[in-house]
Amino acid sequence: MTLSQDLSSEVPVLDVRNLCTRFFTEAGVGKAVEDLSLCLRRGEILGLVGESGSGKTVAGFSLMGLIDPPGRVVSGQVLFEGVDLTALNERALRKLRGNRIAMIFQDPMMTLNPVLTIGTQMIETLRAHRRISRAEAWSRARDGLARVGIAAPEERLAAYPHQLSGGMRQRVAIAIALLNEPSLIIADEPTTALDVTIQAQILAEVQRLCRETGTALIWVTHDLAVVSGLADRIAVMYAGRLVEEGRTEAIIEQPLHPYTRGLIASVPSRNLRGERLRQIPGMTPSLMSLPEGCAFAPRCDRASEACRARAPVMETPASGRMVRCFHPLTAPEDRS
Amino acid sequence: MFVHILTRLFQSLVTMAAMAVLVFVGVFAIGNPVDLLINPEADQAEMAAAIARLGLDQPMWRQFLSFVSGLLQGNLGTSFVHNAPALGLILERMPATFELALLAMIFAIVIGVPAGLVAGLYPERLVGRGIMGASILGFSLPTFWVGLMLIMVFAVWLGWLPSTGRGETRSLFGIEFSFLTLDGLRHMFLPALNLAIFKVSLVTRLARAGTREVLLQDYVKFARAKGLSPARVIFVHVLKNMMIPVVTVIGLEFGSVMAFAVVTESIFAWPGMGKLLIESITRLDRPVIVAYLMLTVLLFVTINLIVDLVYSVFDPRVRLSESS
Ligand SMILES: Nc1ncnc2c1ncn2[C@@H]1O[C@H](COP(=O)(O)OP(=O)(O)OP(=O)(O)O)[C@@H](O)[C@H]1O
Ligand code: SF4
Ligand SMILES: [Mg+2]
Repeated sequence: MTLSQDLSSEVPVLDVRNLCTRFFTEAGVGKAVEDLSLCLRRGEILGLVGESGSGKTVAGFSLMGLIDPPGRVVSGQVLFEGVDLTALNERALRKLRGNRIAMIFQDPMMTLNPVLTIGTQMIETLRAHRRISRAEAWSRARDGLARVGIAAPEERLAAYPHQLSGGMRQRVAIAIALLNEPSLIIADEPTTALDVTIQAQILAEVQRLCRETGTALIWVTHDLAVVSGLADRIAVMYAGRLVEEGRTEAIIEQPLHPYTRGLIASVPSRNLRGERLRQIPGMTPSLMSLPEGCAFAPRCDRASEACRARAPVMETPASGRMVRCFHPLTAPEDRS
Repeated sequence: MFVHILTRLFQSLVTMAAMAVLVFVGVFAIGNPVDLLINPEADQAEMAAAIARLGLDQPMWRQFLSFVSGLLQGNLGTSFVHNAPALGLILERMPATFELALLAMIFAIVIGVPAGLVAGLYPERLVGRGIMGASILGFSLPTFWVGLMLIMVFAVWLGWLPSTGRGETRSLFGIEFSFLTLDGLRHMFLPALNLAIFKVSLVTRLARAGTREVLLQDYVKFARAKGLSPARVIFVHVLKNMMIPVVTVIGLEFGSVMAFAVVTESIFAWPGMGKLLIESITRLDRPVIVAYLMLTVLLFVTINLIVDLVYSVFDPRVRLSESS
């Protein structure tokens, strides 16, 4: 089922198997993440793409073991370097968080504690995981800031978050994520709140840093264009489920899932000038009341009776790709 | 920062001036002290002489002018009743009220902050609900009734603590304080607790609301994602943010505890400013009332200023935006 088994004998950094996370609220049970399987090898970059509300953030927190009530990971495994995180207790998980697995959050303005200096927030991250002196932690923190391209890092260590711009804060968050040289970083739309030039800079830098250190990266975004230049592979998420996964070029050149095709068609750069962007008709379904069969059926022009009766499972057609669809697109002519 | 302090000082002066007018006019309106002060048997000439001596024959604006000119020289008038400077009378009583209020606020913080933190961390558990229930009681029980209960239980039934007076005092910088002796501290305990009950509830609720709000912030989740221990997350990341509103309110409340310790001081026969105020009001001793109110205004203004400065220690956003 997982890609790595036939590609290499090396233990993958991350091997997620059939992960399900649900929110048990008064309004009902929200299936925020359903049957999620992913595999990442050392140094690999995966783009996790999906519309707002498709469960990307919940997926990221589920991997970290940071889902709070009323939410819960109800089934599945998260094998991190061969160890199942869902079976670990809080104490053991804490040793991994911020150390072997780091996360960068969506909104840089909110992730740093407003009343603590940058230095404090970096040093505590180091000292939570290794026995080093304050002085050594301080100099590592300084080097960490320099590494993400922050000028005058010594002064920044003494600064408070509100003294820095949004872009600068996100660099700090990235520096914090890199501090303990993790083998996996989950970056949850880290550039969405920033303007385009800074976004491009940060993107390039994170890519460089991951390549340098061999860190595997999950880059979460709702913007396919952002990851197509960055990721080795792309996983597309819809209504809490992965609908398609594969190598970036393959997905972009020849999407198999109707939803992926819709996403690609709505990326501005791929449209001819003057032509209107094609939006996918319809709305994202509520996770509380997903349709019986395929969650995309109400918006899908290929939907058949079978689609509405049963939910499709992730399958590997002849091409060796993975898609969750009864009627996958096969050839470019299919793109109407 | 320096400019900031100067501006705040100037604002404080303007506030003081405005309050001087209000207080004077207000007290003028509450009644004529002549009826209470002067022997009703006195004849017309005696009456007129007395009125002239107290300056009550002057029109209101003249009285106000002499009040202001006295004020500028630090003279708040002479008590009709005690025939002594009003300010001196009050200042003499101030240390007693001050130390009582201080202990009450310490109770409020030492009990309220941890209780609020626990209630905020475990809102659904029995402890959380219990704490909130107790805080509602603390809010709704009248001070005088709680005071009487405290006396009954701890002084009368159990006989553990004294319930009247300041006990033994010792002098510090020439001022007598109770907190310097064990006996004094024992005497302070019940009245301070009584004074604190309402504030404990207030601080508990603030701390709980603050904790719950801070817990939802991304930076707390990020702190957890960094692998920090729960103790570090709670006592550094949550507590430091949660204390910002608490510190502000505690500071402001200190003023009100001092100014309105009246009920508690009466019940526990604590010889503070509150008791003096009650006595002065019943006798329409205008200069003392005016002086008391002016001092209260000064107290609030000063506390506001201090809170402002302390606040900036807790919240770097305030500190730095002012300095740049
Ligand atoms: N605390 C919660 N309680 C109940 N439901 C929740 C909670 N958090 C998330 N959900 C559900 O999970 C769904 C997925 O949310 P998630 O934040 O993962 O989306 P996302 O893909 O990250 O979207 P965005 O691009 O807007 O960040 C939400 O639509 C919501 O229904
Ligand atoms: S399973 Fe059917 S409804 Fe779902 S995407 Fe495929 S074709 Fe469309
Ligand atoms: Mg999200």
